[in-house]
Amino acid sequence: MTYALEANLICKNFLRKNKKPVKALQDVNLCIPKNTVYGLLGPNGSGKSTFIRIASTLLIPDSGELRILGRDVKTQSNDVKWLINRVSVEASFFRNLSAFENLLFSAGLYGIPRKSAIQRIFEITDRIGLDRKRLNERIRDYSRGMQQKVAIARALITQPPVLLLDEPTTGLDPRAKLEVQELIRIMRERLDVTIVLTTHDMAEAEKMCDKVAIIHNGKVVVDGDPDFLMEQLPQAEQKPTFEDVFLHFTGVDFSEAEKEIVA
Amino acid sequence: MREGFIHELRAGISFVNRNFNLTKRYWKWEVVFLLWTIANAVSIGFIGKWTGSFSNVEVNTDYITMYMLLGSILWGYLSVVFEVVSETVSWERWEDTIEYTFMAPVKRVTHLLSVCGYAALYALLRTVFILLVLTLFFDIQLVGANYGAAFLLLVIASFSFMGLGICAAVLPLISPEKGAQMVGIFSSILLMFSGVYYDIGILPTWMQFVAKGSPATYALRGIRNTILEGSSFWTQMDNIWPLVVMSFIFIPVGVILFSKAEAWAKKNGKLKRSG
Repeated sequence: MTYALEANLICKNFLRKNKKPVKALQDVNLCIPKNTVYGLLGPNGSGKSTFIRIASTLLIPDSGELRILGRDVKTQSNDVKWLINRVSVEASFFRNLSAFENLLFSAGLYGIPRKSAIQRIFEITDRIGLDRKRLNERIRDYSRGMQQKVAIARALITQPPVLLLDEPTTGLDPRAKLEVQELIRIMRERLDVTIVLTTHDMAEAEKMCDKVAIIHNGKVVVDGDPDFLMEQLPQAEQKPTFEDVFLHFTGVDFSEAEKEIVA
Repeated sequence: MREGFIHELRAGISFVNRNFNLTKRYWKWEVVFLLWTIANAVSIGFIGKWTGSFSNVEVNTDYITMYMLLGSILWGYLSVVFEVVSETVSWERWEDTIEYTFMAPVKRVTHLLSVCGYAALYALLRTVFILLVLTLFFDIQLVGANYGAAFLLLVIASFSFMGLGICAAVLPLISPEKGAQMVGIFSSILLMFSGVYYDIGILPTWMQFVAKGSPATYALRGIRNTILEGSSFWTQMDNIWPLVVMSFIFIPVGVILFSKAEAWAKKNGKLKRSG
C-alpha cells in the first residue's frame, strides 16, 4: 500500500547557538493513509514543525527516510515538490505586494499559465470567501485571519495531493480560527487531498482529525484514531479530552509541557 | 513530473514580474537611491572639473571630468547588477518568503538567471536615466566615442558581475545574520580595487595584483577606451577576454556554490528567517 506520507526512523539534531545539541526528532515512524486529516499533536518545540519542514524538502534529515506518495524527500525532492504544498504559522508573503500579485507569483513558480492561474485564483478565493475586490490590496493591510486564508489559497492553487498545515490557526482570533477550521473541513470533504495538520490545540485536533499522533520531545509517543486513544484511558466514562490523552501517554501535563519549552 | 522548458520559462517570467512589482511598490525607496546615486555622480563630476583650478600644470579637465563620470556611471550600473543578484536571498529572508520559494519545483539555475535578467534590465534603465540627468549638469560631448563597442563591453561585463552576484548571494544563505553585511563589504572592496575613479596604475603593487581579479577593472578600462578614445571593439581584446573567461567561470561556479550552500542550509536548518 502506498501511503500519502511514510516516515521511517527519522532523526534530526540541531546545534543551538551555545553549541548544545538538540534532538528535534528521534526515530519518528509514521504512516499516513491517503485522504485523511492526520493530526500531529504536541506542545511547542516538540518537533512538529521540524517534521513538516522535512516533508516539505526544506530540511534534510540526519537519518531515516520520508516518502510522499512513494517518493523520497531526500533523493527525489524535485518530484516531491510537485506533490506537496504547505501553510505555515506565519503567512509569509511579500507584504507590499497585493494578494493577487502574491498568488500569481506562486502559480507561476509551478508553471501554471497566467490565464489558468487567474481563473484558479478567482475560483479558490471565491470558495474560501475572500472578497475579489480586496485581492488588489496589499497583504500587509490584511488581518492575520485574512492572510492565513490567502496562504491556504496559495497552497490550493497548485492542487497538491498532500497538504501540510503547520499550525495554521495559531495566533488567530477565535472567529478567524473557526473560519480557517471550516475551510480545512471543506477541503477535506470536496478535494482529493491528504492533510497533515500540526497543532498544539487539543480541541482543534479532536475536532478536525481522523487520526492523530502525539509527539513529545521529538518522539512519537502514540498514534491512532482519536476514539481509540481515548478508550485507552482508565477514566473513559468521563469523556476524556486530548489533554487527558497527552497526560496518560507522556506522563506530563500538556500545559506543563508547554511551559517547559518556554522556560 | 511536470518539468520542462516551458515550465521553467513561466517560472522565470514570474521571478521577473515579482521583482518588477516589488520595485514598483517600493518606489519611494527607488527615488531615494536614485537621487543618492545622481548626487554622487554629479559631485564626482565636479571634483573632476575642479582639478583644473588647483594645479599649476595644465590638465585636460574635460577628459578628467568624463573619466570620473564614466567611472561613476559604470560603477552605478555594475554595482546595481551585483547588488540585485546578491540580494536574492537576503530580500526573501527579510520578507520571510524564502521557504516558499525554495519549496517550489523550480530549478535553481532558472531562479538565479531570471533574477540576473531582471537585474541587468533594471540597472540599464536606471543608468540611462542617470545619464540623461547628468547631461543637465555637464557639457557631455563625445563626438568620437564608439558607443556600439562600449555597449558590447557592458553586456559582456554584466555576465561576470551576475556570476559574482550569484557567488555573493551564497553568503546570506549560509549566514542569515551576517551574510547581507558581508555582501556590502565585498561590494566596497570591489569598488576600492577596480579603478572606478582612478587608474589602477597608481595603486600599490599588491593592490594592482588584486585588481586583476576584478571584472570591473577590465570593464571600466575597456569602456573608457571606447568612449574617451573611440577605440574599436577588437582593439579591446586585452580587456574582453578576461571578462569572457570570468563570466564562464563565475556563473557556473556561482550556481554550483549556491546549490551546495542550499543543501548545507537545508541540512543545518538555516532556511528559516532567523536561522
